[in-house]
Amino acid sequence: MAKVTIDGIEIEVQDGTTILNAARQIGGDSVPPAMCYYSSLKDSGGKCRVCLVKVAQGSAKDPRPMPKLMASCRTPVMDGMVVQSITSPEVLEARKSVVEFLLINHPLDCPICDQAGECDLQNLAYKHGVGQTRYEEEKRTFEKIDIGDKIKLHMTRCILCYRCTFVANQITDNRVHGIIGRGDASEISTYIQKAVDNDFSGNMIDVCPVGALTDKTFRFKSRVWFTNPLDAHRDCKKCSGKVVLWTKGEEVLRVSARTDQYNEVKEFICNECRFDHKIKSDWIIEGPRHIDRHSVIAQNHYEKSDLQKLKKEIDRQIEFEKGKLLSPNNPG
Amino acid sequence: MGKQFLLGNIKVPGIHTYDVYRKHGGYNAAEKALKTQTRDQVIEEVKFSGLRGRGGAGFPSGMKWSFLDQKSDKPRYLVCNADESEPGTFKDRFLMEKLPHLLIEGMIISSYALGAKTSYIYIRGEYMYVLRILEKAILEAYAAGFLGKNILGTDFSLDLYVHPGAGAYICGEETALLESLEGKRGLPRLKPPFPAIAGLYACPTVVNNVETIASVPCIVNISADLYNDIGIGKSTGTKLISASGHINKPGVYEIELGLPVEEFIYSDEYCGGIWKGRSLKAVVAGGSSVPILPANLILKTAKGEPRLMTYESLSDGGFVSGSMLGSGGFIVMDETTCIVRNLWTFARFYHHESCGQCSPCREGTGWMEKVLHRIEHGHGHMSDVDLLVDIAKKIEGNTICPLGDAAAWPVASAIRHFREEFEYHVKYPEKVKDPKHFEKEPFVSEKLERAVH
Repeated sequence: MAKVTIDGIEIEVQDGTTILNAARQIGGDSVPPAMCYYSSLKDSGGKCRVCLVKVAQGSAKDPRPMPKLMASCRTPVMDGMVVQSITSPEVLEARKSVVEFLLINHPLDCPICDQAGECDLQNLAYKHGVGQTRYEEEKRTFEKIDIGDKIKLHMTRCILCYRCTFVANQITDNRVHGIIGRGDASEISTYIQKAVDNDFSGNMIDVCPVGALTDKTFRFKSRVWFTNPLDAHRDCKKCSGKVVLWTKGEEVLRVSARTDQYNEVKEFICNECRFDHKIKSDWIIEGPRHIDRHSVIAQNHYEKSDLQKLKKEIDRQIEFEKGKLLSPNNPG
Repeated sequence: MGKQFLLGNIKVPGIHTYDVYRKHGGYNAAEKALKTQTRDQVIEEVKFSGLRGRGGAGFPSGMKWSFLDQKSDKPRYLVCNADESEPGTFKDRFLMEKLPHLLIEGMIISSYALGAKTSYIYIRGEYMYVLRILEKAILEAYAAGFLGKNILGTDFSLDLYVHPGAGAYICGEETALLESLEGKRGLPRLKPPFPAIAGLYACPTVVNNVETIASVPCIVNISADLYNDIGIGKSTGTKLISASGHINKPGVYEIELGLPVEEFIYSDEYCGGIWKGRSLKAVVAGGSSVPILPANLILKTAKGEPRLMTYESLSDGGFVSGSMLGSGGFIVMDETTCIVRNLWTFARFYHHESCGQCSPCREGTGWMEKVLHRIEHGHGHMSDVDLLVDIAKKIEGNTICPLGDAAAWPVASAIRHFREEFEYHVKYPEKVKDPKHFEKEPFVSEKLERAVH
């Protein structure tokens, strides 16, 4: 076990836990954002650099600070480590600059993007970005390619997190797409057009943090905040069968895997569940999906409120605010 | 002329062949090390010699060797980094082309010291003809019994392979090099683990520059004591400098570390002064990645001491008034050089060579290039100069590998020392329309001119 202090809050975690996961155990505002790290995908992370944190003390044995900001998603904690996330102006500055870098070549076509409303980059930009751009050059564009009949690729929106290649490597039995090219010319591509067709390839859509990979069957059907998300399941031989149905009236517009509070899928679903069962009667409906009240999808979305759960949430918030007050930047 | 440890026999005809090389004392060091010294003795010797990595970072080689995980029961590898791609650096090509056996001898001794049974030379794809020279030399060494099973009757065996890259600057970064050697995309790994623990095929690996490895035979030959005597302080021995640019005698020179920069530029023995009788404007002292220094700061440090060709003296003053020895790519610029154009060229290189793995480098290098292109072609705004400084600051230190830093340092330093020139480009766009705008009429700092009158 290792004791680590993040933004003034001490926590004991298993050896080998990364700083990001330790912060997630604490929860609240100190959790670094992550655009490329995905807890259920091995070897992911370290690329987008939005999760940079300052390690003010390396460990109890070697208390020197680390010279550079560290990618928290790939740096394991050491006993006695002291980490600054939101309490370090340097870290906030670095996050702001990474958001700026990610956005300079992003088309910002949110008004016509199917991902809008559930996009990690949108959330990140709202939280850490600035409202203005200093970039006046031409944005980079790519030739359009068709990667398959189920998934639409918009390469201009891609932030090269490599998550989709990890999904193809680790969840499907055959990876047919990858990153080709170098530098800012690198792009997702397939060797043969329309090649992405695998029982689990649809999960690429769910792991994509932006609108680069979207569901072709849901394309332009509805804004996501006009739909009514329902938790549902069915008996599936290939996967867990636990999904979210995005419905409008009796119509099922989209089926996706369930994501946790960090927008990460823990149980991947198969393409049959995702694409072939778009009738409510195929599913056992569990009830309305829990949507965070900060999300735009939460508008007009009514859930049966669980008083116990609410109380827990309020307690957690109070606990977190206390932690904030105790942090070095807020000595009062 | 100072001592020449590496290039002493360079003028001997046929020195690239085994017979001539052997006749001139070649492979004596390998024989001495293998027959009379233990592995630890060789490592101690290299440690004591004070030899520092010649690839750019200047990390003490002996220390790097001692980090190698000796407890692991996995095979150990030595990889020679011959992916010399830094603009302004061409010393390794010269060394491998003329003295292939010196590198092979160095590989034998170093592999022996590290306990590596298989070693690789990773050479950049553009050096295909050098690869052929090396492969021929390796065959000769096999035939002479210096490579293969039970070398010189000892129980040490070594197989040596040359592997060409496919033309990427990033593969000179040691972990990207290992990825490429394994047959994957040349993307730098996240550290830790460092190669000394998990490198090639996840086995303990040491990656050394060509010149570093080629210096080992000489250390074994003349003993670390004598090697140590050359140089000043922690910069010991000799270093190859690739001198290029506006000088009378460009080329590869072997210098004793501690030589004054002024002597190196103006003495007839080395660069022979600035060409066409012009005056010195700026020097990039260690390959394109290191900060550029104006004439007054390259000859003398900010404290007024003469600047020497050592790791310490060149970095005196930090990045405010200093630079780095780097890989020894010494680029000299005369008064007609446009710093903005030069910087744009560098930025274009880093944009092209960024691997695209992490966002600050992938997006930032392209952005800097586009802004510099604008300024150089007379379409810049005054705010662009500060914008460039800001982008450079935001890339530096936030990337996976040092390429981000290498792209940011030249931009930050050029603007620090030559800000007026950038502002001139913005103020007088019609004057910079001609690509050779400072050739007829060198740029004169307004501030300086006012001070003179």
